[in-house]
Amino acid sequence: MTFVAPAVFDVARIRADFPILERTVRGKPLVYLDNAATTQKPQPVLDAIAHYYTELNANVHRGVHELSERATEAYEAARSRVRTFFNAADTHEIVFTRNATEGINLVAHSFARPRLQAGDEVLITAFEHHSNIVPWQLACEATGARLRVAPIDDRGELMLDEFERLLGPRTKIASVSHMSNALGTITPAREIVRLAHARGVPVLLDGSQAAYHMPVDVQALGCDFYVATGHKLYGPTGIGVLYGRTGHLDAMPPFLGGGDMISSVTFERSAWNVLPYKFEAGTPHIAGAIALHAALDYLTSAGLDAVSAYERQLLDYGTAALQDVPGLRIIGTAPEKASILSFVMDGVHPHDIGTIVDREGVAIRTGHHCAQPVMERFGVPATARASLAMYNTREELDVLVRALHRVRQVFG
Amino acid sequence: MADLNDLYQEVILDHNRRPRNFHALADASHQAEGYNPLCGDRLTLYLRIDNGVIADVAFEGSGCAISKASASMMTDALKGRRVDEARALFERFHRMVTTSPDEPVEDLGKLSALAGVREFPVRVKCASLAWHTLKAAMARETKTTTETEGW
Repeated sequence: MTFVAPAVFDVARIRADFPILERTVRGKPLVYLDNAATTQKPQPVLDAIAHYYTELNANVHRGVHELSERATEAYEAARSRVRTFFNAADTHEIVFTRNATEGINLVAHSFARPRLQAGDEVLITAFEHHSNIVPWQLACEATGARLRVAPIDDRGELMLDEFERLLGPRTKIASVSHMSNALGTITPAREIVRLAHARGVPVLLDGSQAAYHMPVDVQALGCDFYVATGHKLYGPTGIGVLYGRTGHLDAMPPFLGGGDMISSVTFERSAWNVLPYKFEAGTPHIAGAIALHAALDYLTSAGLDAVSAYERQLLDYGTAALQDVPGLRIIGTAPEKASILSFVMDGVHPHDIGTIVDREGVAIRTGHHCAQPVMERFGVPATARASLAMYNTREELDVLVRALHRVRQVFG
Repeated sequence: MADLNDLYQEVILDHNRRPRNFHALADASHQAEGYNPLCGDRLTLYLRIDNGVIADVAFEGSGCAISKASASMMTDALKGRRVDEARALFERFHRMVTTSPDEPVEDLGKLSALAGVREFPVRVKCASLAWHTLKAAMARETKTTTETEGW
């Protein structure tokens, strides 16, 4: 075996690949710290979109003409790339969706609903994004099942013993975020899957946040379903990924009906196409899938282990730097966390923080981050959230901290 | 470019720090809850209307400096006004915060301090929440959101 020395993470080189990072905002260099909402796109992703529409554009799985064949090849190559990125066992286990939300809705509708009866339970956690709450509420309302919520502690960690206690004989599925968007907590996903499987409960992991911060191996995790969204993986909006185990996907009825998802249609009945096409009704986001391919290549060549280590250093630096700001309190202090600095400041509402730092060119998110129950859990109406990506730097965090001093200045 | 000081004027910061009429009103005749779902700002407005006159007005709730100061300044401006005057003031305030920043606006006295939000379009709803809630309370609606009226 050859020893490969870890490459030094060259952030300047990474930054040079992201054209938007060169622009100014309100006369100041852009400091983009809203990555948990969406990441910026590297040049190869932008090129892939342009190349597709300039050279390849045609509908997939239909034509016998050259362009359609080539577009189909590129679209299916993207699926294959997603498979290797998440280490799924088979390419037909990868379903393209619009986003993670659609993936969760698909599973809630086609997998959970047929299994749920009155009195059954769906188990989620207290730090879920609304997208991993509402689809289950809809499923529960339609079936009379009950939504159970595993609590989190004051640091924002899942209380695993409570989670285990809530896994009961009526639990039909557990759906858990792999990483909290509001707090940054990384959940012990393997342990969650182990506990649930020990009781025969299938698990969906929401990887919207995790997938661009750390390597994800769905077979090692052992989960039944995994969802991710392209626009946080440095890819375009409107393309997402659902991984599902073959056995589950095979047994599930379609989610949406239409073209491409059928093998034959008569007015009496239709027969469903094979996996994964059964779940891809209508013309898909072909350009999106192809650009996602470029994004995953980019992320892989940067190296997810290196990205993860670099972002951890950055998070530690930011955590320490924020302590300099008088009256600032970080919400979400789990030891296992990534890339999220959620905070409140005494006497200043997060929206006022957001407006003032925006004047310094700093983009952060303020509000409830589509996780209102998390805000309630910590007794705050909202937080300000700086979220990091691989192209951020310590200097940018210094700019944030200076802008927060300015906030203090305005509010006294 | 708009200056931050246009938005965070001293009078606004003062009302944020020490909101006036910031309490419940036990003998309120009208009451409504306002909610901005985009940011979670929430306030309850209480009115005591006697013979068509706003005899007393107060509010409670949580929100950003702009929404709190706006509510506080609104309560100051409403006390002793007739209901029809309050309705007219709602319209004048609406005009002031939604007119393009390049155009002149009517002087609304102390309330004019909030004209600066015009330069910060995403913050207009913060300033208008209290006024929407006023309108709802006077119309005897118990709940309103900033999303129903589009400003």
